Amino acid sequence: MKEFAALFTAIDQTTKTTLKTKALAAFFEIASDPDKLWCIALFSGRRPKRAVTTTQLRAWAAEQAGVPLWLLEDSYPIVGDLAETIALILPPASRQSDLSLTHWIEILRGLHDVDEETRKEQIFDAWDQLDPTERFLFNKLITGGFRIGVSQKLMTRALAQATQQDEAVLAHKLMGGWTPETTTYHDLIEADDASADESRPYPFYLAYQLEGDVAELGSHKDWQAEWKWDGIRGQLILRGGSHHLWSRGEELITDRFPEFARAVDFLPDGTVLDGEIVTWDGQQPMGFSTLQPRIGRKIVPKKLLRDAPVIMLVYDLLEHRGQDMRPVPLGDRRKVFETLLTTLPDDAPVRPSPAIRFDDWKMLADVRSQAREEKAEGIMLKRLDAPYKSGRKKGDWWKWKLDPLTIDAVMIYAQQGHGRRATLFTDYTFAVWNGNDLVPFTKAYSGLTDAEFGQITAWVRKNTLQRFGPVRQVRPEHVFEIAFEGIQASPRHKSGIALRFPRMARWRHDKSAQEANTLDDLKVMLDQYG
Amino acid sequence: MTEPVLSFTDRGIYCAAGDFYIDPWRPVDRALITHGHADHARPGHARYLSTSAALPVMKHRLGDIRSEAVEFGETRRIGDASVSFHPAGHLPGSAQIRVEVGGEVWVASGDYKTEPDGFCEPFEPVPCHAFITECTFGLPVFNWAAQKTVANEINAWWAQNAASGRASILGAYSLGKAQRLLHMIDSGIGPILTHGAVEATNVVLRAQGYNLPETVQVTAELDPKDYPGALIVAPPSALGSKWASRFGPSSSAFASGWMRLRGVRRRRAMDRGFVVSDHADWRGLLTAIKETGADRIFTTHGYTEIFARYLSEKGYDATVVPTEFGSMEEETGEEPGAQNG
Repeated sequence: MKEFAALFTAIDQTTKTTLKTKALAAFFEIASDPDKLWCIALFSGRRPKRAVTTTQLRAWAAEQAGVPLWLLEDSYPIVGDLAETIALILPPASRQSDLSLTHWIEILRGLHDVDEETRKEQIFDAWDQLDPTERFLFNKLITGGFRIGVSQKLMTRALAQATQQDEAVLAHKLMGGWTPETTTYHDLIEADDASADESRPYPFYLAYQLEGDVAELGSHKDWQAEWKWDGIRGQLILRGGSHHLWSRGEELITDRFPEFARAVDFLPDGTVLDGEIVTWDGQQPMGFSTLQPRIGRKIVPKKLLRDAPVIMLVYDLLEHRGQDMRPVPLGDRRKVFETLLTTLPDDAPVRPSPAIRFDDWKMLADVRSQAREEKAEGIMLKRLDAPYKSGRKKGDWWKWKLDPLTIDAVMIYAQQGHGRRATLFTDYTFAVWNGNDLVPFTKAYSGLTDAEFGQITAWVRKNTLQRFGPVRQVRPEHVFEIAFEGIQASPRHKSGIALRFPRMARWRHDKSAQEANTLDDLKVMLDQYG
Repeated sequence: MTEPVLSFTDRGIYCAAGDFYIDPWRPVDRALITHGHADHARPGHARYLSTSAALPVMKHRLGDIRSEAVEFGETRRIGDASVSFHPAGHLPGSAQIRVEVGGEVWVASGDYKTEPDGFCEPFEPVPCHAFITECTFGLPVFNWAAQKTVANEINAWWAQNAASGRASILGAYSLGKAQRLLHMIDSGIGPILTHGAVEATNVVLRAQGYNLPETVQVTAELDPKDYPGALIVAPPSALGSKWASRFGPSSSAFASGWMRLRGVRRRRAMDRGFVVSDHADWRGLLTAIKETGADRIFTTHGYTEIFARYLSEKGYDATVVPTEFGSMEEETGEEPGAQNG
C-alpha cells in the first residue's frame, strides 16, 4: 500500500500530465504483478465489489472517532469526499504496516463471507494500521468512484512507457469484461494480442469556433455545411470482421454502445467512420439528455437500450476498404460514404449526416437559426477541398454554433462547492419574478472567475437571511445573466421549466433585482424553443 | 436581570460597564484590540488599547492611531470593568481579553492556537464564566500534526528543491504565519529571501526583539542567481504572479490549515500544501474550552452552528454569535492587509 500511496501522492501533487504519467510509469516498473493489475483495474473503472455500505462505514467511522454521526455527516459536504472525511476524522493509527495494495483488496473481498460484526472489526483493524493517505485510498476502494485525476488514457500511456508497447495496442488489451479476479498481469498485458492492431484509431480532426463574420471565409461555394449535432463524437472502426468504437478522448467505448455490433453486417471490412453518436427516435436525435445516461455506463441495462437507442450520424470516411482516405478532399470522401450509407436499411446503426444545401451565406444563416428545431447546436463548416487533418487546426473546419439563450435572474440561494471549491460559495439558485414573488428556476455553478467567486463568497457570509443545512438564503440583490442551450417544460420544477447547460454568462452589476426577467419571459421562450 | 458583561452589537462585542468594544468592525470611541490582523484591528476608532507587543504592528498597519498599551496579565480598570490581556498564541502580541464586572468573568478569545510554536507568547487558559471562542477549524476533520513534523516536511521539500536547482517559494500570510515559518524551519539549508510585505513585518518584529533568521528582501535590483537554492517567503497573492517568475525554475507551496483538505489543496494548484495553522484545531478548541471552566460558550467566526450544536450536546450552554470577523485563513485567497492597502 505504501507504493500505491506514494503514487497517489505524486499524482495528486501535480496538475501536469507528463509528471503524472512519469509517476505511473515508475510505479509500473517497481510494483508486483498483482499490484500492477489492480492499479490498471482501478484506473480503468474496475473496483472490488462493495462489501460494506457507506451508511455502515459512516456509522463505524463516527464510533471510532468518538463523535456523533451527525457531526461526521455535517463535515462531509465541507470536505467534499466521504472517503477523505473518514480518513481525516479517525484518530491516528496505533501501528504501521507494509502490506500490499492487493492484500487490502483481498481483505475487502473477504468481507463478503463474514458477518457484520467481523466486517466491522476488520475495517477497524485496517484503519488502525494505515496512515492518512493509505486510509483515504482504502476508503476509496470501499466507496468506489476512484477519480483522482488519472484517466484510463493517461494510465494506458504510462503503461505503454513502462512496457514499451504501443499505446493503441494496450488500449485494446484493456478493453472488455476482464477483472483482476479473472486474469493475470501476464495474460492481460504481456501476452501477444494479434487483433490489437486492428482496433487502432486515427487521430481526430477538431474544429475551432468561428469568431468573425462567416462571409470572411470567402466564396460559399468552397464550403460544405452540415448540422452540428449535439451528441458525442466517435470513430467507428470495422476491421478483421469485428468493430471498435473510440471516443474523441481516444478511449475505447465499444462495450457501451452494443448497437454498432451490427455495422459489420452492412459495411465492407476496412471501413473507418467519423461521426456523432446520438440517441435516435427513428426520425431525428432525441436530445442530449437522453444520451447522457448511456455515456457513463459500461454495461447497458436492457431498458436503457430500448429507451435510448443510439446511431452514428456519419460525417466523414477515414478508411475505405483498408485504404487511408484522409488525403482525399472532403467532397470526394463524402461521395464515397454517401454511396456506402444511403442504400442501407432504416435499422442500420449508421446514417449519413446530410450536407445542407445553401445558395449563399445569408441563406445559410437563416438555416442555422433553425438549428434548435433540428436538435442541433449550430452548423459545421468544412472546406470541400480539404484533407482530414489531425488535432485542432485552424482554417478548414469551423464550428458555427447558435448563440445561447439568455435570461437575467436574481441569485436567491448559495451553497458551498465540493472538492476543489469546498471553501467557496459557488453553487447558486436563481429566480425570476412572478408578480411580487421570486420563483426559483435553475441552478448554476460555472462561468464566473475565481475572483468573482471569492467576492460573492465574502458577500454571502454577510448577507445570509436564513440557513437550511448547507444552503443559505441570501438577500435578493445580485443579478446574473444566465446562458443556456435549451428549454423544456418540466412538471417536476416549481417554475414548470428546465434548462439545458445553464451557466452564468456574466454578473450584471448594472442591474438591480427589480430589473431581472419574469416567469412570463421564460414561458415565451418555452413556447418558442421548447 | 442584570446587564451581561459583554453583549453583541452591530458594531462588535460591547462592554456596557466599561463602555468599550472588543475588535469592533465599525468606528467606535474606545476599542480593545486582540491582535493586528485586519479583520480585528480596523481603522477609524478614536482610541485603541492593546498589548505592548501587538501595538508596533498595529501602528505600522493603521498609521497614526491614538493608542495605549498594557502588558500581558496587567489589570486595567475601565469604568466598572476590570480588563486584562492574556496570550492567545496566535501571533506575537496576540491576546485574549478578560473582562470582569461585579465578580463575573468573560473572556473574548480573538484568534488563538493552543500548540506552543516557540515563537509567540504561548496560549494561556483563562478561567472564566463565559468564553467567546473562534472556531475557524471547528470540525473534527481538522487536527494538526505537531509543528516539528511539519517543519521536517518543509525542510525536506526545500532541501530537495535546492539540490535539484529549483527555488522554493512558500506562500504565507505576511503577518504572523510568515514569521512563524521563518522561525520553525532550518535556516541552515540555504539563503532566505522575502517579499516586501513579509519583510516589513519582519523589521517591526525584529525591533521588538523577536528572534528571526537572517532574510534578504527581494527588490528590483536583486539578482536571484546570487541566491541559489533559496527559500522565498511571500504572501499567497504573489505566488504564480509575475513577481514570482523572476526566480526561474521553482516549486511553490502554501502553508495553511486549509491544506488539510485535498480539495482546497488542488484548487490552489500549488506543488505542495503544508498544514500549518495559527488557529486551534478541533482538539485544541475543545481543550481550551474545557480549561476555561466556562459553562457559557459563544461561538464566533468559523463553523459556528456545527460547533455550538456539538458543545450543546456536551452540556455547555452554547450560542452562535454572528460577527464580521473573516478569519484570515477563511478567505483563502486574501492577504490580511489587502483591504487596507
